Amino acid sequence: MTRLAVVPIYVSEHSGLVRGLVPLLARLLPADGELVTPWFDPERAFDASRGQYHSTRLLAELLDGPSAGYDRVLGVTSVDLFIPVLTYVFGEAQLDGRAAAVSLHRLRPEAYGLPVDDALLSDRLLKESLHELGHTFGLLHCLEPDCVMHSSTYVEDIDLKSAAFCGDCRARLF
Amino acid sequence: MTSTVETPAKAGVLIVDDEFSVRDSLENWFRRDGYRTGSAANADEALKRLQEATWDVVLLDIKMPGMDGLELQKRLHEIDPDLLVVMITAYASVDTAVQALKQGAFDYITKPIDPDELSHLVRRAIEQRRLKSENLRLRTTIDEMSGMDRIVGESSAMRKVLEMVRSVSQTDATVLVRGESGTGKEMVAQAIHAASARRYFPIVPVNCGALPESLLESELFGHEKGAFTGAQYRRKGRLEMANGGTLFLDEIGTIGLKTQVDLLRVLETKEFTRLGGQKPIQVDFRVVCATNQNLEKLVEEERFREDLYYRINVVSVHIPPLRERREDIPLLAEHFLRKYALRMNRPYEDIAPEAMDVLLRYDWPGNVRELANAIERALVVGKPPVVRPGDLQMLRPPNGAPPAGEALAVVEREHVARVLERHGWNITHAAEALGIDRVTLYNKIKKYGLRR
Repeated sequence: MTRLAVVPIYVSEHSGLVRGLVPLLARLLPADGELVTPWFDPERAFDASRGQYHSTRLLAELLDGPSAGYDRVLGVTSVDLFIPVLTYVFGEAQLDGRAAAVSLHRLRPEAYGLPVDDALLSDRLLKESLHELGHTFGLLHCLEPDCVMHSSTYVEDIDLKSAAFCGDCRARLF
Repeated sequence: MTSTVETPAKAGVLIVDDEFSVRDSLENWFRRDGYRTGSAANADEALKRLQEATWDVVLLDIKMPGMDGLELQKRLHEIDPDLLVVMITAYASVDTAVQALKQGAFDYITKPIDPDELSHLVRRAIEQRRLKSENLRLRTTIDEMSGMDRIVGESSAMRKVLEMVRSVSQTDATVLVRGESGTGKEMVAQAIHAASARRYFPIVPVNCGALPESLLESELFGHEKGAFTGAQYRRKGRLEMANGGTLFLDEIGTIGLKTQVDLLRVLETKEFTRLGGQKPIQVDFRVVCATNQNLEKLVEEERFREDLYYRINVVSVHIPPLRERREDIPLLAEHFLRKYALRMNRPYEDIAPEAMDVLLRYDWPGNVRELANAIERALVVGKPPVVRPGDLQMLRPPNGAPPAGEALAVVEREHVARVLERHGWNITHAAEALGIDRVTLYNKIKKYGLRR
């Protein structure tokens, strides 16, 4: 069974949400989940000129140190993530690798002027976490609209897909 | 990362940027979407990648040390003119991006790139590339479908016809195709059109023999609203439809004298007016006519205008009847066998030597069309994989003797097969139509070895 570390980074406001995520991931993935406190300074991934956190640098931090004891490591954060060439990313993962990161920042309905909705945010976080971790298991984007590996250009696209892998993707996972 | 496109299978995206992080992140981003990806840090590497593999879209940074993006874009297009180049630029260099667009770039995006924008841009680029190549493929298919390859024949008589078609198609001369009914006059006309410079414009056929004179006039010239009783709308005629292409006048010998005068005027001036209209309309088409009549005799009898005869008889192509080129029969028969077997999805492979003998001895008054029909019928009534003489019973031997063998059984077999096909092999319905019970029908299917 794969050992998965879920690392909360700057999530004080949503710490309950992240705690709830761990058993859900363990149920839907071939993995045993565990909440692990960050062992690094996340500020090292901060880019002052953009006011955002560099997600690739965050992945590098996640791969370092105590994470060596885990097969997969997922960083969950409330800050906005970017990669240099793109304005933002919902998350990033190493294809067929060990590390993935997900940001809650643009998953929050209030980021689009809508009322706070914790249930919706929790649902989006689960889907994005499954999606990014799916990449670490070598899964590519899936054309099946209902599959969690279906790509999402807009945040609403995340709401359209389910929090489950389609038959083909499942077969590759398990 | 999330956010992207629905990927056409294995389209290739090449990323050219001197910054490693840009190359790395964009490559990852596209790979996750199922694209085939590649990257290059400078112009030399990019040119090398282009030699190594085929790419659909190139994302190209405008500012690079050494050869810059604009220069590289030119070089890339020299190698592959269909390549879709998307320029990546910083806000400060929009002017350069405009210049790139003028030089033929597909589009440009500014760094940092909005993920939504990148998704749509690449999807649009790949779609455009797909449509372009589909267009090219369809044009090639049209060329193949309507070209001379469709005319089957290796006899010296047919070789002469093909040679004539080839040379005349390069000119704009009016052609008169002559030959008995069923020899393939329309196919020759199509081949002339398909090999000519007018091939991407229509070939418009008019069967002059099928229409009474008044209708033919309106069919050819079109009419204005109210030109005659029943002309409720303005209608374009065939002459206008053929503009740019070829007008094929089949059975030209049947045209009445009045229409002959009008037609002659159009052929000479390339100008006409619609029925009931005032405004002269200019047209540009090549004319190919066909006839199975003796036009010279019609001229003698003053039923065909001599001036029109000379106008259309600039180049004459004579297609010999099938009985005068029997050596083409096996080739044609096999051609139709393959064609109809594929169309009917019947596993036919060959024609038995005895059956070929029947085909070779027959006189073919209906020429190639009759041969095509004979093979088609044989495939319907026969049993794969070989066409046997019994399947060709419908051909009367040249001496007029009744067909040999169990004629009644053959007719019954053919009739049962036809009724079954018509009812989609629904036994109950077919039996009802034949006026027999289902058991009898099953027995007949078994007896004649009929198969769906």
